[in-house]
Amino acid sequence: MTIDASGSSPELVQLLTPEGERVEHPDYDIDLTPEEIRSLYRDLVLVRRIDLEAVALQRQGELGIWASLLGQEAAQIGSGRALTDADMAFPTYREHGVAWCRDVDPVKLLGLFRGVNHGGWDPKEHNFHLYTIVIGSQTLHAVGYAMGIQRDDASAATIVYFGDGATSQGDVNESFIWASVFNAPIVFFCQNNQWAISEPLEKQTRIPLYRRASGFGFPGVRVDGNDVFACLAVTRKALEAARTGQGPTLIEAFTYRMGAHTTTDDPTRYRVASELEAWKLKDPIERVKAYLFKNQQADQAFFDSVDAEADQLGADLRRRCLAMPDPEPLDIFDHVYREPHALIDRERAQFAAYLEGFEK
Amino acid sequence: MTVLSLSKALNEGMRRAMEDDPKVLIMGEDVGKLGGVFRVTDGLQKDFGEDRVIDTPLAESGIIGTAIGLALRGYRPVCEIQFDGFVFPAADQIITQLAKMPMRSLGAIKLPVVVRIPCGGGIGAVEHHSESPEAYFTHTAGLRVVACSNPADAYTMIQQAIRSDDPVLFFEPKRRYWEKADIDTGSTDWWTPLHSAKIVRPGADVTLLAYGPMVKTCLEAATAAEDDGRSLEVIDLRSLNPLDEPLVMESARRTGRVVVVHEAPVNSGFGAELAARITEECFYHLESPVLRVGGFSTPYPPSKLEEHYLPDLDRVLDAVDRTFGY
Repeated sequence: MTIDASGSSPELVQLLTPEGERVEHPDYDIDLTPEEIRSLYRDLVLVRRIDLEAVALQRQGELGIWASLLGQEAAQIGSGRALTDADMAFPTYREHGVAWCRDVDPVKLLGLFRGVNHGGWDPKEHNFHLYTIVIGSQTLHAVGYAMGIQRDDASAATIVYFGDGATSQGDVNESFIWASVFNAPIVFFCQNNQWAISEPLEKQTRIPLYRRASGFGFPGVRVDGNDVFACLAVTRKALEAARTGQGPTLIEAFTYRMGAHTTTDDPTRYRVASELEAWKLKDPIERVKAYLFKNQQADQAFFDSVDAEADQLGADLRRRCLAMPDPEPLDIFDHVYREPHALIDRERAQFAAYLEGFEK
Repeated sequence: MTVLSLSKALNEGMRRAMEDDPKVLIMGEDVGKLGGVFRVTDGLQKDFGEDRVIDTPLAESGIIGTAIGLALRGYRPVCEIQFDGFVFPAADQIITQLAKMPMRSLGAIKLPVVVRIPCGGGIGAVEHHSESPEAYFTHTAGLRVVACSNPADAYTMIQQAIRSDDPVLFFEPKRRYWEKADIDTGSTDWWTPLHSAKIVRPGADVTLLAYGPMVKTCLEAATAAEDDGRSLEVIDLRSLNPLDEPLVMESARRTGRVVVVHEAPVNSGFGAELAARITEECFYHLESPVLRVGGFSTPYPPSKLEEHYLPDLDRVLDAVDRTFGY
């Protein structure tokens, strides 16, 4: 049994090669101004810097854990920049790049990982749902939300993120069925980063993941997940199809988790170093930089300024992470219910009295 | 006044809720054209359309998961789980998402989702169709858990549950679906708050605590006990989470003897929570330990044996007798 894991498969939609050459695709095209391309480059660099800073904060004990997006920046920025304000995104816990595109303050992403809250932003304010930790659960929430869009007769779509491992979950398969039979305006964006912690793709599937869609009755497409142009073009088209009543699409963004699953993970126990080296040659940022250079759409001063902005962002993130206040003990009882709940109120009062006993 | 069966009272309550608020949706397996296997949603799809009364694919996790998504978009879904024993595929979405997402959002999100679950035995059904899974959910913070026992409460409580901004698990006593009562559907003056318990029969000697299908059994036991000269007070808890503790504790202090009755297994059942709380709150008023009558520590038996498994009048009275043996 073999799985088509080739990065140069004819099935793969690619608009920018790892060497930074623009290529054409019969079904997907994109017309980006130099300014737009520089903006995408900036996004890619900044989210990588946020991620790097978060890993460092974890190593220094300031975060309990961190799930790195290293290597998946193009998949997230490409798809995230395809969204309109009215669209709704449902992430896993690794979509820091999509959060960036939805204007979620990066420091708010850290609350969950620092242990001060379980998710610190208002999903309605950003049309970016909270991180979901249980694998695949959010796909059903996203389809339900898309069914709501249908009932509102709104011009909007929903996108839901999940990984290759999640495709084995019952909820994900149920969400495919629901989306299909209700023709829901949704894009299933699967970042196939080749690894579900230690389990390779072969433990999840015998066929390329995008082909699963045909069994559910909607289109599936595999895109080079390290190509920000292709991810943007493919996601835009799928979102527009969703908005115009053409139903769901499954996008398999073929990428690679260049880091560990999380900061508690040790990939040397289950994968060889040469694999990472091979994927480094397909780095999502380097190819955009090469394209900008070759086409004289950016000069060294631009790249330097983005790097300087990234350093500033990292330093600022660090400073604000350390300044994040610890929650108060009685916060435990907040927001469990919206309406009054006698048991919670009594336990809060009892615990407050107990704590006061120590202060006397 | 209108004479309604318990199932029709639920139907009428949901109809009112749908008329009052266009965001209220019904979803579940066979709830549309068929009107549900117990006909609780009969006629609603015909009157409100397929967009508001949604026949879903056969996947319970999908029902709750998509209901959460609809709630995030501003809808108020009322989900039907066809039978108690089918709630477990949905348990993950109920426990890890529905119950916890509002807190995860620091209050930014509300999930006004009602999960209706026909529960309990006594209808001669096959396996998985007679269970009482309420304790799994009373143990889960973030959920409200209620159980109706009669048509009038069914009519009011379903409307109150739908109006709640918190998720509500709504247990319906399926063997009582056909019981009838006269209901004043023209006024709300007689309604009581969703999370209040009710003394449905005052008494002086022993307090019987029940909910759902066992309320009727306890009322019958109280009538029978009169012959022995014993005055039993019957409390319909109606709400398990939150519990109407003041009403329960007042009765326990007054009678000094309490028997909890439910169909679910006694072991780690909701009665254990009641017994513990009453003991903590009323220790010096009690003449006997709080006793529990319920299912055995076995899976629900085949229907030929269910009359032995389910608490009945005699088992309730046996426990009442035992409270006088201390």
